Amino acid sequence: MSAGSEGLTSLGIREMGERLAARSVTSRELVDAALARIDATDGRVGAFLRVVPERARERAAEADARLARGERRSPLDGVPIAVKDIFLTKGVETTCASRILEGFVPPFDATVIERLEAAGAVLLGKLNMDEFAMGSSNENSAFKPCRNPHDLTRTPGGSSGGSAAAVAARQVPASLGTDTGGSIRLPASFCGVVGLKPTYGRVSRYGVIAFASSLDQVGPVARSVEDAAVLLSTIAGHDPRDMTSSTRPVDDYLAGLEQGAKGLRIGVPREWFQGGVDAGVERLVRDALARYEKQGAKLVEVSLPHTRYGIGAYYLIATAEASSNLARYDGVRFGLSARDVRGLKEMYSETRERGFGPEPKRRIMLGTYALSAGYYDAYYLRAQKVRTLIRRDFDRAFESVDVVAGPVAPSCAFKLGERTADPIQMYLADIFTITCNLAALPGMSVPCGLHAESRLPVGLQLVGRPFDEATLLRAARALEREIGPGPAPAALAQSAGGGA
Amino acid sequence: MALSLDEVRRIAQLARLRLGPEEERQFAEQLSAILDHVAELSTLDVTGVEPMTHALAAGDAVPLREDAVLPSLAPDVALGNAPAREGTCFKVPRIIE
Repeated sequence: MSAGSEGLTSLGIREMGERLAARSVTSRELVDAALARIDATDGRVGAFLRVVPERARERAAEADARLARGERRSPLDGVPIAVKDIFLTKGVETTCASRILEGFVPPFDATVIERLEAAGAVLLGKLNMDEFAMGSSNENSAFKPCRNPHDLTRTPGGSSGGSAAAVAARQVPASLGTDTGGSIRLPASFCGVVGLKPTYGRVSRYGVIAFASSLDQVGPVARSVEDAAVLLSTIAGHDPRDMTSSTRPVDDYLAGLEQGAKGLRIGVPREWFQGGVDAGVERLVRDALARYEKQGAKLVEVSLPHTRYGIGAYYLIATAEASSNLARYDGVRFGLSARDVRGLKEMYSETRERGFGPEPKRRIMLGTYALSAGYYDAYYLRAQKVRTLIRRDFDRAFESVDVVAGPVAPSCAFKLGERTADPIQMYLADIFTITCNLAALPGMSVPCGLHAESRLPVGLQLVGRPFDEATLLRAARALEREIGPGPAPAALAQSAGGGA
Repeated sequence: MALSLDEVRRIAQLARLRLGPEEERQFAEQLSAILDHVAELSTLDVTGVEPMTHALAAGDAVPLREDAVLPSLAPDVALGNAPAREGTCFKVPRIIE
């Protein structure tokens, strides 16, 4: 691989788009460079479950033909991207990292895939994740672990681990993930990239394999705030096929990006600095807040008193919804089907026993219990009431501030295997991200520096008012202007392209 | 609170999961620990608090689409992933045992 094509893989969406528009590079060259980078690095990273080179080269040729005719569709035309394996892609196997969907080839595209392809983006493949998006480390993938490109002994975070790792590893400039309890923001923080979970209802969930339908939301992962804004602009907006997608007009996410932090009121929740936040993480977050203050933002201490109840409410609501959503995997219409059985009921239970990994089973069990006769009021209904209290906490805070800021997670990326034995320890990685999903608000992770001891990336979390993604992006950009983008992955520097 | 093995078996049956003995034991332990953790929700006073039953923003109405006939998947496409089929039907094992 030449130094030239290696340079291409470190470009972002905007730079790629500019060069494509100027015809100084072709989509085919960008796609080939990305495929070579995946070849050279993914044996170590494990970000991709599936690469589709022929399909990508065909689409790249189409994009090149359009660009040659001067018919550029969008800033994404001809730009290679990849998506979490939770999005249905017509004609391309989609598994949600589960054995129960192995071999499933969707007959239609998710709306977000349609929108990306209509904009001219070139899909390179499907990204690793925790099975059915259940997990915080990508270790629940039924197929293979994904590793953090900054330290291959550590997790990339989850559940959109592949989405963040592929972007951090310079395999693709940007990707799509989903976030139900922190599944975009946590891996973005652990991998040193930008990740955004939009307001519930901002992006269509049609064709997105459902985990917890009142919490799931699709969002971008990228190496710059601007690129995340470009992707969000492409996928946001009402979709008649998703009745929960909002009809509100989509803001221009690029217009106010460079406004800076001056005049912003930034809420600092005191509860987000309690409960075992690593000292090095806290230092970087405090440093980012100080930078905002120096830029002319006003820091306001706020309280989100129900933060600690988020995990409990989440693990009842999300599992209840999951137990219902995952009932469709029964061996009748698609996916794995146990046929060496005596009858229909046995086919259901055998199929599900063989097809689901431990975490989906655990969550189906918990959700079924929480919804079962005699326990509904004590668990599910109570959790929904606590959800109201969590939402009210934010409503009150947003009376006096424009965004809320704090750590994404209590720690940096942890080691593979470190938390797999104890589900509750794993769940606690999401303590600061989960309330944002419960309150249906937009949230973001933006790199805020390297941890002093571990030299691992740390993300700052920003949470905004409903449908105010524009202010989140503006605040994130103000920090990025000072700190710069996330670091290149040192762990992959040696022997990249050396055929190792 | 501790879940008994019998309760684990009852839930597994409701969820159509056939768990092995080792899984039953492990889930009894883990689910009990998780339920202990979520028990802290019961320390909150939620009297008079409305449950948040959906995640739509306040004032966001759910738009109903027109009741119009639109194209849908052709039967062969819809059946493309069927583990077993007969004609335009999904084929399943015996229902009456």
